[in-house]
Amino acid sequence: MNVIEFTFLVWAGSLVAGFLGALTGLGGGVVLVPLLTLLFKVDLRYAIGASLVSVIATSSGSAAAYVKEGFSNIRIGMFLEIATTVGALLGAFLTAKVPASALAVLLGIVLIYSASVARRTRPRPETPDPPDPLATKLNMNGTFPDTSGVRSYNVYRLPAGFSVMFVAGAISGLLGIGSGALKVVAMDQAMKIPFKVSTTTSNFMIGVTAAASAGVYLSRGYIDPGLAMPVMVGVLIGSLMGTRVLVKTQTKMLRLIFSGVIVLLGLEMVLKGLGGGF
Amino acid sequence: MRSRNVDEQKLENTIANLLRAGVVLSAFVVLSGAAMYLGWHPLAPVNYRTFQGEPDELKTVHGVVRYAFSGNAKGIMQLGLLLLIATPIARVISSAVAFALEGDRMYLLFTLLVLTVLLYSLFGSFLVV
Repeated sequence: MNVIEFTFLVWAGSLVAGFLGALTGLGGGVVLVPLLTLLFKVDLRYAIGASLVSVIATSSGSAAAYVKEGFSNIRIGMFLEIATTVGALLGAFLTAKVPASALAVLLGIVLIYSASVARRTRPRPETPDPPDPLATKLNMNGTFPDTSGVRSYNVYRLPAGFSVMFVAGAISGLLGIGSGALKVVAMDQAMKIPFKVSTTTSNFMIGVTAAASAGVYLSRGYIDPGLAMPVMVGVLIGSLMGTRVLVKTQTKMLRLIFSGVIVLLGLEMVLKGLGGGF
Repeated sequence: MRSRNVDEQKLENTIANLLRAGVVLSAFVVLSGAAMYLGWHPLAPVNYRTFQGEPDELKTVHGVVRYAFSGNAKGIMQLGLLLLIATPIARVISSAVAFALEGDRMYLLFTLLVLTVLLYSLFGSFLVV
């Protein structure tokens, strides 16, 4: 393939990935690495580098909208970013040491996991628990706009959330993905933060987390401009289109199909990784 | 419980605008480099099958800046990608300033910790083999 063909095809593939990722809320980043490695035969390290760059683009692009609406909690985000950035730095250093086949298997598992976890929602408790003293001390309890005006919420189990965030950061740094699913699990399930606040704060954190591994990726030579360019532009346009359409369409069926595709890609990554294909 | 006051809303608006401006600026630089890159060698073969790593001038911040300003297409695209990486960092810096102005020392400390990790990754990580 020559430069024009390759750039166009990668751009188009990334656009579709970004579009479906935003439309279904599953994130386009997770399918980029399998797309690039399995379909375009790109080396895993270049694919991870390009994917990470696009993660920063979509996170910053969409976080801008959410921050303005008042859903994200900047204090929770900043505190947890201590865990995610240190984890991401460690993960990025480890990427060079871990064999590519092991990374592929890990990515496959993460793919299957994120497709299955994103559908669960936590029932809202009737009577809220008393505020957690640590979260109160850290001034994390907040409010967000709801259909019935402004709703307040408390934050719980900070140490558990912090630990899961460290793992999420490390996985993000190892595989060049946003680890959005894991971040939402930490906030929504462990820390009992309302789902809408969890998802938007997670999105807000993804960019900072990814920036922590980006420097390491750059100095290791994983970020190739010729590859990262079409990926970043494609994913960015695709996800912007996806968020526009999101409000208008019924996405349940599409979400199911895309989840299925993610699981299949995950299985393919695991099998190919175990077979030493990377 | 913390209430959302005017200052907080103002901070969040500033952050939102900063993020958007960063993405737009970096996309503009990346696309400018892309136009040159695609225009100059459209039919050159590509090979990403085997990992060779990037040349030194595309691996460090000062190297990329120098390469870009010498008019190299790949350097310009990489500079755009660096601007994208810098966007969340600028976001963290603006949060640090905001917490400092609010007199919130605890969150200023948290923010500076995050900033240290980010700057280390970008400027210091090549020291670790």
